[in-house]
Amino acid sequence: MEKEQLEQGLNHNRRKFLSKLSLGLGSAALGSLLIPDLFSGKDNSEEALMNALPHFAPKAKRVIYLFQNGAPSQLESFDYKPLLNSSYGLDLPESIRMGQRLTGMTSGQDKFPLVGSYFDFQQYGESRAWISSIFPHTAGIVDDICIVKSMHTEAINHDPALTFFQTGAQVGNRPSFGSWLSYGLGSENSNLPAFCVLLSRGKGNGQGVYSKLWSNGFLDATHQGVQFSNSEDPVLYLKDPKSMSRDERRKMLDQIAAMNDIQYQEFNDPSISAKIQQYEMAYRMQTAVPEITDVSKEPDSIIKLYGPDCLVPGTYAANCLLARKLSESGVRFVQLYHQGWDQHDNLPSQMAMQAKDVDQASAALITDLKQRGLLDETLVIWGGEFGRTNYCQGKIQQDNYGRDHHPRAFSIWMAGGGVKSGMVYGETDEFGYNITENPVHVHDFQATVLNLLGIDHERLTYKHLGRRYRLTDVSGKVVNDLIA
Amino acid sequence: MKSRVIHTGVILIWISCVISACQSENQKSIGLSGSGQVSYNFHIRPILSDKCFTCHGPDANKREANLRLDQEESAFKALEESPGKFALVKGDILNSEVYHRITSQDPSELMPPPNSNLSLNEQEITLIKTWIEQGAEYEPHWAFVKPEKKLPELTSDWAKNEIDLFIEAKLQSVELKPNPPAQPHELIKRASLDLTGLPPSLAILEKLANFEGEISYEKYLDYLLEQEAFGEKLAILWMDISRYADSYGYQDDNIRTQWPYRDWVIHAFNQNLPYDQFLTWQLAGDLLPHANKEQILATAFNRNHKYTEEGGVIDEEYRVEYVLDKTNTFSKGVLGITMECAQCHDHKYDPFSQKEYFELYAFFNNSPEKGYQGDVSISKPAKTPILWIEQEDTKDILSFINHPDTSKLSVSVMDELDGTEKRTTYILDRGLYDAPTMPVDPSTPAAIFEFPDQFEKNRLGLANWTTHPDNPLTARVFVNLIWQEIFGTGIVKSAGDFGMQGDLPSHPELLDWLAVDFMENGWDIKRLFKLILSSATYQQSAKIQKDHLKIDPDNTYLARSPRLRLPAENIQDLVLASSGLLHPEIGGPSVKPYQPAGIWESASSGRGELATYIQDSGKNLYRRGLYNFIKLTVPPPKAIIFDSSNRDRCEVGRGRTNTPLQALVMMNDPMILEASRVLASKLMTAESNPESAIENAFRRILCRKQTSKEKMLLTAYYEDQLARFENQPDQVFETLNVGEFPLREKDVNPKVAALMQVIVSLYNLEETITKI
Repeated sequence: MEKEQLEQGLNHNRRKFLSKLSLGLGSAALGSLLIPDLFSGKDNSEEALMNALPHFAPKAKRVIYLFQNGAPSQLESFDYKPLLNSSYGLDLPESIRMGQRLTGMTSGQDKFPLVGSYFDFQQYGESRAWISSIFPHTAGIVDDICIVKSMHTEAINHDPALTFFQTGAQVGNRPSFGSWLSYGLGSENSNLPAFCVLLSRGKGNGQGVYSKLWSNGFLDATHQGVQFSNSEDPVLYLKDPKSMSRDERRKMLDQIAAMNDIQYQEFNDPSISAKIQQYEMAYRMQTAVPEITDVSKEPDSIIKLYGPDCLVPGTYAANCLLARKLSESGVRFVQLYHQGWDQHDNLPSQMAMQAKDVDQASAALITDLKQRGLLDETLVIWGGEFGRTNYCQGKIQQDNYGRDHHPRAFSIWMAGGGVKSGMVYGETDEFGYNITENPVHVHDFQATVLNLLGIDHERLTYKHLGRRYRLTDVSGKVVNDLIA
Repeated sequence: MKSRVIHTGVILIWISCVISACQSENQKSIGLSGSGQVSYNFHIRPILSDKCFTCHGPDANKREANLRLDQEESAFKALEESPGKFALVKGDILNSEVYHRITSQDPSELMPPPNSNLSLNEQEITLIKTWIEQGAEYEPHWAFVKPEKKLPELTSDWAKNEIDLFIEAKLQSVELKPNPPAQPHELIKRASLDLTGLPPSLAILEKLANFEGEISYEKYLDYLLEQEAFGEKLAILWMDISRYADSYGYQDDNIRTQWPYRDWVIHAFNQNLPYDQFLTWQLAGDLLPHANKEQILATAFNRNHKYTEEGGVIDEEYRVEYVLDKTNTFSKGVLGITMECAQCHDHKYDPFSQKEYFELYAFFNNSPEKGYQGDVSISKPAKTPILWIEQEDTKDILSFINHPDTSKLSVSVMDELDGTEKRTTYILDRGLYDAPTMPVDPSTPAAIFEFPDQFEKNRLGLANWTTHPDNPLTARVFVNLIWQEIFGTGIVKSAGDFGMQGDLPSHPELLDWLAVDFMENGWDIKRLFKLILSSATYQQSAKIQKDHLKIDPDNTYLARSPRLRLPAENIQDLVLASSGLLHPEIGGPSVKPYQPAGIWESASSGRGELATYIQDSGKNLYRRGLYNFIKLTVPPPKAIIFDSSNRDRCEVGRGRTNTPLQALVMMNDPMILEASRVLASKLMTAESNPESAIENAFRRILCRKQTSKEKMLLTAYYEDQLARFENQPDQVFETLNVGEFPLREKDVNPKVAALMQVIVSLYNLEETITKI
């Protein structure tokens, strides 16, 4: 059947046919561009699971994840703890710490002096949420977002913690969040990848990111995140040589297709036809991607909204604007990483710079999506991999201090895509050290995000080397309180 | 209830239909006799394992109702929670509770329980029913039974060696016929790609003259096996297994120097070091009597995993992580089992307890390593314990190491703690470093093969156990990996999982025969390759016939040779070799060829030697793909786009996807454009006219003569491009000016530019990067 179709297509109106075929396959479960081997047989039960997707009506269709890499302090952003200011310099009581493990950077300290936020807090919006003074734009959208103050994780170092958030396991080569969604839901646009990754570097102490975070793991490589770079080639190898016009490229592709077709006639191997299709998609990507990444046609009001940085490729603001454009075009999962949030020292100055980097554009993204009527179906997530200690790392001063890693309690926010807006969820003790109310484990968070996308996290599985793997590993509960 | 009781005769007819349907659909049921006899190993265990063992299998902690179905003895015991009842009664479905439960209409009784998201289909239920009726015979897991040599009774005109007898017997059972032999030029290219990873040169193609001259196909194989490129080709597989990389993989991801180990692997394959010794040296070279530096270097196998350099980590947490990685690499890459599942709990499917996991772990837990060496910003190229390689070593026993300068090299290797320093190994609850429970001694999983008393309980003993002729896994797993290298899919498709959840072998007797033959012949790797490549099975044409797509689309039965896209490294090799750019130097520090700008920089912390990508120049731009520098946090993008391992973990097989990103690489990668330009310049000078230049390029790249139709298309494209460049002379230089290889002024002309475009199109053909 396929063979006849393909033959017919090749002999008659190849280009027209191919675009039709690719749309057909692109809307299947697999990542858009991304046609699976025609022979790739899936395990029967997997097929059944996949066919059942989505498992229930989705609230969100797409995700934009604004990952704050390095772990921003919850105590200078969303978790207001005046007691820490009044207890300045006092030792963290053992009754609060309860022997919890510390990183090697502070486990040697003989004292754990408490330190409060250098920045003032105020309450905003109808939710009366406390937000620190370095996030004024976020304060402006407070009634559109849901702040979760009771996140907790298992890892205490950056690499495992990031990997845990993105893949559901601290170590191991597992598929990342976006890859799972590409695998489960595919893309809505056959000219763009289902899973795109954007990187920006902040001004604070940096932690590298690593391509493992957008790896497909054991899933088919068609589900790996495609990194958009800020160089002149937004997608690797996308750009043709300078002297090659679109017509010349077209001509070469026709030449290649005609030659491939001769082989196909001889060997009858459907993978030859699949190859021709991939070249056609590459050709279409060469037009589609530059159109998306070109912000020159955006109106002034949009540029003003995101701030002037959005015209500088590779900045967080530019990536937020690009994320909106990609998401608007149907990219299932846009993953941003903004580096520079690892404030072991010089926290007040670094944190202020970092917040300035991200605050306006993060809020602008929400406003922009909302004015386009897209916020309802787009889930936006803002947050890091863990929190920071309520005590000072190193030398303590009123106006200069640092904070070590703290996995026991930290804050993130979410907006749109079926999440309750104008809500603050979860509570920590007055020291901001332990969760006292509604804890949300990373796996609970992942289960909830999948749920918003219409996926039962226990049923999005892939069998690899004898075991059925999930993004949520072996645990995770949907936090229904967060869902509108 | 009534509808469930079906007459046995009907069932038997139905079941034989199920079985034949399964065969034609190329599913797992293979090797079934025509009598409708259900096999525990081939039919029942896969069902039980997949759907029942999670709660009624080896994991004692998760076992429900204390019922265990994976062991014969416990499966027939009276049920603890239902006195007087039995899970299984031989030949008696009415009294077998299993049957009632899997067919129950009552959700609270139904097995598997609905909330498990697992269910049995009708075929599976019928198979279980018939199995019980036939006596519910258990069989030991096939992979844990020592293999034996047994040839099929078959007279064959087609067979060239024993392999073909097994293949033909199976083909007959599914009513397929082997394909006619491949064309000689196809075989020349196929064998060259399989044994050296390089295309045959023009000289070879001419000299062999379709095997009509004095060089036979067999002599050609011998020639290829003697090439040093053989070791380079096979090393790709072993680099994936040993998760080789050139950086540490965490945080700043600094540079490390494990490459002398890579050079050793190439050397060992080229010297044809027997596989049992190859393994022994890697597992325990340092513990051999009078161990030499080569044997110690081989133990770097255990040290290629990632090392954290992140400040503030907890030392023991990471030391444990490294030992886990060593254990998992050994069990997956060498034994083909997924022991890591038993790291946190008893294995859910295979008969490995958590205790046994940590007994295996104990072998690797006695090296004087640290989890963290306090090396933020003072990263060293190797971590304790270190093998120092002096200049005199590289002139002597380590002469295979490509290190021309006089500096000392350091490599992370294994060592063993002695006496009071010896580490006690504990079972770690849920696999957590800070939750030790009871102490254990080193040992191996009993279900595989009992650890002999006379072996020392250290890594050397482990190596002896691994390579013992009674070990049922080691040889099977390796011959299967080599089969996978050549045919694209192993006889056991899940090359890293020979356990209960793994795929069953498509040709179990062939796998066993190959494994025993391999051991009987001194674990001779080159001989194994020659045996497989000498078979009629290997030498078939790759043409797909109508029947093939209908009966065997996945080519499980090998009625044709597979068409397989080359691995990333060999695509690079092919482009460089065919254009004449390849610099054939073996080994040495990894190289940094062209790479799109900013990839390392945008993902880096900004610290360390690898924060920026400093591209090489000169000959290092033209080395084989094996030598490309692998920075773990940002592995080479082209390799990843073409399905390479990211070397984060031990991997035993790669995917073979087909994506638009691959098309973009082939269209715009400067390496390919440069190779096309250089070849075009060369041929325009050497050949008398464009037609013969095209013909020559075609032969170099496709390794065959062009057909008249192809010639027509290519010539027309050339003429078109020539007109383009003659009309737009400003595009000539712009087009040719790619890559660092010097561009001579006299080559800057429309003819070279037009030929270059033709060659780019040739490199972009599907056939070019496909082994046919």
